[in-house]
Amino acid sequence: MSREYETVIGLEVHCELSTKTKIFCGCSTEFGGAPNTHVCPVCAGMPGTLPVLNRKVVDFALAACLALNCHITQHCKFDRKNYFYPDLPKAYQISQLYLPIGRNGHVDIETENGTKSIGIHEIHMEEDAGKLIHDQWDDTTIVDYNRCGVPLIEIVSEPDMRSADEVIAYLEKLRRTLQYLGVSDCRMQEGSIRADINLSVRPVGEEKLGTRTEMKNMNSFKAIARAIAAETDRQIEVIEDGGSVTQETRRWDDNKGASYAMRSKEDAQDYRYFPDPDLPPVFISDEWIEKTKDAQPEFREEKCARFVSQYSLPEKDALLLTDSVRMADLFEETAKISKKPREAANWLMVEAMRLVKEQGDGDASKMDFSPAHLARLIDLLGQGTINRAGAREVFEHIFAEDVDPDSYIKDHGLAIENDSDALGKVIDQVIAANPKSVGDYKAGKKKAVGFLVGQTMKAMKGKADPAAVNKMIVSRLEK
Amino acid sequence: MDITKLTALELGKLIKSGKITSMDAVRAQFEKIEERDETYNCYITLTKDQALQRAEAVQRQIEAGELDESPLAGVPMAVKDNICTKGVLTSCASRILDGFEPPYDAHVMEKLDQAGAVMLGKLNMDEFAMGSTTETSYYGPTRNPWNTDRVPGGSSGGAAAAVAARETWYALGSDTGGSIRQPSSFCGVTGIKPTYGRVSRYGLIAYASSLDQIGPIARNVSDCAAILDLICGYDRRDSTSVACPEEKFTDALVDDVKGLRIGIPNSYLGEGLDPQVKAAVTEAARKLEKKGASVEYFDMGMVDYAIPAYYVIASAEASSNLSRFDGVKYGYRTPVFEDLQQLYKKTRDEGFGMEVKRRMMIGAFVLSSGYYDAYYIKALKVKALIKKGFDQAFEKYDLILGPTAPTTALRIGENLSDPLKMYLGDIYTVSVNLAGLPGISLPCGLDSEGMPIGVQMIGQTFSEKTLIRAAYSLEKEISQMEPAFLAGQEGGERA
Repeated sequence: MSREYETVIGLEVHCELSTKTKIFCGCSTEFGGAPNTHVCPVCAGMPGTLPVLNRKVVDFALAACLALNCHITQHCKFDRKNYFYPDLPKAYQISQLYLPIGRNGHVDIETENGTKSIGIHEIHMEEDAGKLIHDQWDDTTIVDYNRCGVPLIEIVSEPDMRSADEVIAYLEKLRRTLQYLGVSDCRMQEGSIRADINLSVRPVGEEKLGTRTEMKNMNSFKAIARAIAAETDRQIEVIEDGGSVTQETRRWDDNKGASYAMRSKEDAQDYRYFPDPDLPPVFISDEWIEKTKDAQPEFREEKCARFVSQYSLPEKDALLLTDSVRMADLFEETAKISKKPREAANWLMVEAMRLVKEQGDGDASKMDFSPAHLARLIDLLGQGTINRAGAREVFEHIFAEDVDPDSYIKDHGLAIENDSDALGKVIDQVIAANPKSVGDYKAGKKKAVGFLVGQTMKAMKGKADPAAVNKMIVSRLEK
Repeated sequence: MDITKLTALELGKLIKSGKITSMDAVRAQFEKIEERDETYNCYITLTKDQALQRAEAVQRQIEAGELDESPLAGVPMAVKDNICTKGVLTSCASRILDGFEPPYDAHVMEKLDQAGAVMLGKLNMDEFAMGSTTETSYYGPTRNPWNTDRVPGGSSGGAAAAVAARETWYALGSDTGGSIRQPSSFCGVTGIKPTYGRVSRYGLIAYASSLDQIGPIARNVSDCAAILDLICGYDRRDSTSVACPEEKFTDALVDDVKGLRIGIPNSYLGEGLDPQVKAAVTEAARKLEKKGASVEYFDMGMVDYAIPAYYVIASAEASSNLSRFDGVKYGYRTPVFEDLQQLYKKTRDEGFGMEVKRRMMIGAFVLSSGYYDAYYIKALKVKALIKKGFDQAFEKYDLILGPTAPTTALRIGENLSDPLKMYLGDIYTVSVNLAGLPGISLPCGLDSEGMPIGVQMIGQTFSEKTLIRAAYSLEKEISQMEPAFLAGQEGGERA
């Protein structure tokens, strides 16, 4: 390569808002219903029906705009984006072009070279479309309108990112912010957050932006990173070969690790946007803005700092615990009930994260168990009612089914034998049966006690506290 | 007695008094419909069995005293075919909605149901309400009961003709640029276009959403007021519906115009207006003046720009509203196609008529990038100026009076080949829609060929009561008129 190139990236991110009902009707937004069961004449775009704006959507979008430092358009409007496609039953999508709810925002991300501010060009509200399912069997396409009218916000960044790492950091930041706000689940695999990448390259030092392409269809952070690398290489190669990049939309195929042109600028559709006459302008009053500002939660940075000072946690742990608001809440509530923040943190960071990775899709925000159960388990472990191995088993069931630790321990006979007479008898038998180890110990090989503890635990079928057993054996040998 | 000659309120009273049942009324009306509608073609769909069943249920409610508050309980009526009726074909007089039976009722139908209305059937119209003659209907043209060589006007031509031919006691129409008032004028009946937002549009299949409004067409002002009492009111399913204090429009049926300030725009009496229409309309103004109103002629600007602005805005909205008719979900689908694009193209090519295609193309053009500002935005500016012009006029006048249409009913076929000429016929009505104002048309005389002439009155937003009072007072001074065939048939019953 003769020259050095710089990659310039801007993102269009669609986030599904987690309102209970759709943006313009009362249908449920729940994910995964049987096809066409969350549908009514309004979201199916039947003739004569009319949209009525769900105020909660504006609440959520407004909260997102404020958290991302946007200027709020106090008189915002909805526009129609007209195009024909079977997943769009009205043949127009209600969106915002001329007066989006938020503009000129920014977020800070952490990069190798320190903090960097990424500009937000605009945030607008819109409705999702349905889903087409192609039936290979009889070569027909069927439509599922369940997603029609699910509320979205589209967050359009400025072309401020220069690497895949920055893009991932920006997306992580958006995800965390929206999850902390409680306005979106941001689950990439369920499609509740989707990112399109606008990418161009230019020689280092060049001011003018190169011709960009838009890349669609990445459904994981890894796919995004791969797509950025591949598209950067592709564009540089085109330029180095003396060609020029075509402005076009490309579709990423993650299995093949390559992208394909979908449509070029010349075939770009004219969406004939115009203000939707069925929806009056939305007025967002100063009071509405103030109320929303007051309701903004403690975000990750503040929470992390507070965890360090309030619970004396290492920063590394605090960062891990605050990655998702669900995790942070579980930690804090468990710590509060058990009064053992260190223990609570360890259980969540080690055991819970292990299970999240093993059993789920690595999404800690889906954890769903009672902090009171974990707190009780920590107590029981501290009191010596159960040993650590048993506690791990109980936790797996708290994690999966939210079992009550007391009844689980009782039902499965996991409680430690606290009758020291019975334990004493077993220990006496073990000592009597292993004269060699006893001799080793007395000869100064203190480690020999480990074998005796092991034998005792085996005889007790694990229902004893190894530390207590150790103590009892030593006191007998030292006699 | 021929009860089909009664007004809706008169029939309602007879039914209430027990002298006649709702079923009798339905049967009597179907006799006339079966005898006449082959000639006039007012109806697209007749729902005789449902009507009789419904009449029986309503009759029981009336006898149980459940509908004492509703003066029109049990009175049969009919509905323009762009208003959704649950389980009954709602076609917009278009092939594209072939077989479309909505699973829901329009808001107005729910309201009328509560009031004990009995529907006879669905009425013919210009396809998707685009037209001024009811000739663009897929179901063939409706003929004017005053003269079958003439059009009934449009787009609510079936509604106005059915009322004139005594094929219904009253009808619901819709008015986007004059579609209630102009056919009322052509057919010698009375129609009101309410203030935008007064009547819910939920279930009205949209032509131009920012202009459409449902309203009554009936024999006289009193009937129209009684119907308005039933259909107005806030509906949370229509975001453009206005929550205003409830009003009883029939309270405004008062024969008194003393002190009423009436303005007549000079431009409403200018070039292009048939002299006979002009004479009848100015005579109507004189009658009101005699009764104590003041009448003044004044200049109002922007009148010439109303038609272009209207056709830009209405066509733009229509191009978007009608895109959903694509053969995928309901209505007509072309039988043979190779792929999605062809499904769309063939379905829409075969499903829509000429005039609808013309307006969708105009609409798509004025919204396309590069033309949006020059056409659509400019038209919105004109709309705002027109509204301002009316606001200024209403500082001086309580209502504005003028002709409803420049001529009486045209001959069938006369305008179909010349759309521009047809569009110009909307000159006095479209600005009322652009400004969102209420308007009424009522008969004020006949021309030398015996065709009815309509006078239009326009009020400020939400001033329907003023309009109704003035129209009611004027109606008292105008001799009742009905189509010749009715007078002849009934052997001199006509006064």
